Amino acid sequence: MSVDFLDLSIRELSRHFGRRRALSRLSLECRAGEIVGLLGPNGAGKSTLLAIVSTLAAPSSGELRYGGRTAHEIGAVLRARIGVLSHDLHLYSELTALENLVFFGRLYGVPDPETVAARALERARLADRGADLVSGFSRGMRQRLALERALLHNPRLLLLDEPFTGLDDASTVALIARLRELRSSGCITLLATHDLDVAEVVLDRAVILQDGKLVAIEPDVRGLRKRYQERLSAGARP
Amino acid sequence: MRKAFVPLLAVAGFIFMTAPILVTRAPYESTMGLVQKIFYFHMPPAMLMLLSAIFCGIISAIELIRKRPVYDWIAYAAAELTVLYGALAMVTGPLWARKAWGVWWVWDPRLTMSLLLWMVFVSYLLLRRYGGPGSETLAAGLAVFGMATSPFVYLSVNIWRTIHPLTTVVPTLPVDFALPLWYAFTGFLLLYIALMTLRVRIEEQRALVDQLYLESEE
Amino acid sequence: MSAFWRVVWIVAKKDLAIEARSRELLNTTVFFALSCVIVFSVSFVGEGGDGRALGDAAAGILWIAIAFSGTLALGRTFERERYGDTLRALLLAPGARPAVYVGKLVGVVGLLLATEIIIVPLVALLFQARLFDHTLLLAALLGFGTVGFACVGTLFAAMLGRARSRDVLLPILLYPVTIPVMIAGVRGTAALIQPTPQLDMARLWIMLLLSFDVVFLTLSLWTFESVMTE
Repeated sequence: MSVDFLDLSIRELSRHFGRRRALSRLSLECRAGEIVGLLGPNGAGKSTLLAIVSTLAAPSSGELRYGGRTAHEIGAVLRARIGVLSHDLHLYSELTALENLVFFGRLYGVPDPETVAARALERARLADRGADLVSGFSRGMRQRLALERALLHNPRLLLLDEPFTGLDDASTVALIARLRELRSSGCITLLATHDLDVAEVVLDRAVILQDGKLVAIEPDVRGLRKRYQERLSAGARP
Repeated sequence: MRKAFVPLLAVAGFIFMTAPILVTRAPYESTMGLVQKIFYFHMPPAMLMLLSAIFCGIISAIELIRKRPVYDWIAYAAAELTVLYGALAMVTGPLWARKAWGVWWVWDPRLTMSLLLWMVFVSYLLLRRYGGPGSETLAAGLAVFGMATSPFVYLSVNIWRTIHPLTTVVPTLPVDFALPLWYAFTGFLLLYIALMTLRVRIEEQRALVDQLYLESEE
Repeated sequence: MSAFWRVVWIVAKKDLAIEARSRELLNTTVFFALSCVIVFSVSFVGEGGDGRALGDAAAGILWIAIAFSGTLALGRTFERERYGDTLRALLLAPGARPAVYVGKLVGVVGLLLATEIIIVPLVALLFQARLFDHTLLLAALLGFGTVGFACVGTLFAAMLGRARSRDVLLPILLYPVTIPVMIAGVRGTAALIQPTPQLDMARLWIMLLLSFDVVFLTLSLWTFESVMTE
């Protein structure tokens, strides 16, 4: 049994912890085949939004629909279509790179996980380090591995939290190319980042958050760096 | 519910003021004499503690299913009152036991179960206080588990201690004692409800302030 | 249904693979249990030549050592899942989330049983307690008792995942709720090492443990998803 969807609809999503507001009445629509950027200073709510969209957290109010249906209606199989690259990378340092990939492959029910994992290792340019423990990897290497882990099961929705942190130029270029590939195969990508230069290159649209509120949606990312500062200082009035 | 607080408190206060009259007029129990009269102030809190614990467990279970804030407020208040009434029972109990039975404490099923239940709810409060954000749900889980374990505690201590029978047994209750007992019980019950409404109102106001705080920044 | 057990197996196997590599949890848990037994023995062994423990202290010492080392093992197991935030990664997997709980539970029970295999003979030796006269009953007591303790412990340790003060909160929350397991375990074991062993009592305690296990395993499965959602 599998499920698929072609759009993501976020309506009036709010999340607060007592007095601290993490998200405030956020609304956003995303379609298959686009890369949407989440920009904003620390504490703007980017990670919280990604946590809610990935079904790890529940909103305080508002609605989230995957192809018209809520997570509750679809059930646990929804998670088979979601891939997450989080800040903490979701890798076991005590396992080898290959073991990590095979483990998650099996967990996601990927057919023939060993072959898929080997191919993923190659894409991460870590084929020669497959039998090494992840604890010995640099941040950049772990990041590449973590990305492949997130993509093992061909997710429809890809959620990335600061994926460009710690990547060298070659890896950044490779990641951008990979994201574009995924976009053309119909993936919905939500990408939170601080890196405005990369954002200008890779994003289709940019969403700017500040203090949990959606401050601006930029349909055109050229010249983003300049407009970003303007938007933030303009504050809550979009 | 809000408006009930003052009348409830007033009636409870009246009952507590007049209860000593009834208590004094109640007959003396044959073996224990005057000391037995602590019973009127011991049993209601003890019974209410158990009822409150069950109530908290049920509300917590509902909270886990429905996840509305009001259930959390009620559960928190019920847990606090469980600890309060339990403390009352556990201070008056040993005082009475020492005089009546010669020991401060016995490991009989009911006492042990009450003690463990009290400890579960103390740990509930510790969790709420020191667990950081998200501890409401965790505490609800704890309350449910605490309630579920009570029959097992009772049963296991029952099996354990029947091998070594108790030297004294709490007497059954003749009619003359019943009136002051239920009078005092009513007082404690009304006090419980009054405190509960007050406590829930505090939580409600706190949530309201948070809400206003959030809205003021919109 | 088989998808559920598949996830359980995958998670448990992964824990086993990690543990097999370093054996860190096993070594530290076993050694901690040994220390517990020795420290408590010093406190409870009476005067006189034969070094017999006072009353049924041998049974008590055994179960306290299991409880204390179990608490540490639970803390460490979930500490491991905190490094790469991998617990959330497990929760993101498509299977039913309670399967992740059962997978971790299997690992914890396995670790505790392995510990018991080492300290039970030690206790028997130190206190001349004839624990192995009725090995099957002893195994049932230890088995069901360990499962009951671990089942509540795994849920609590998972839900405390990133709470503040989680290290001290785990025992604070866990011990009152698992008191029936301790009572049944200690009294059942004591019944076995009496001069005239009380087999019926031991069987009664085993039944109590079994029903505890059923109730709390069910409760944990029901509440796991709810308490793990942020």
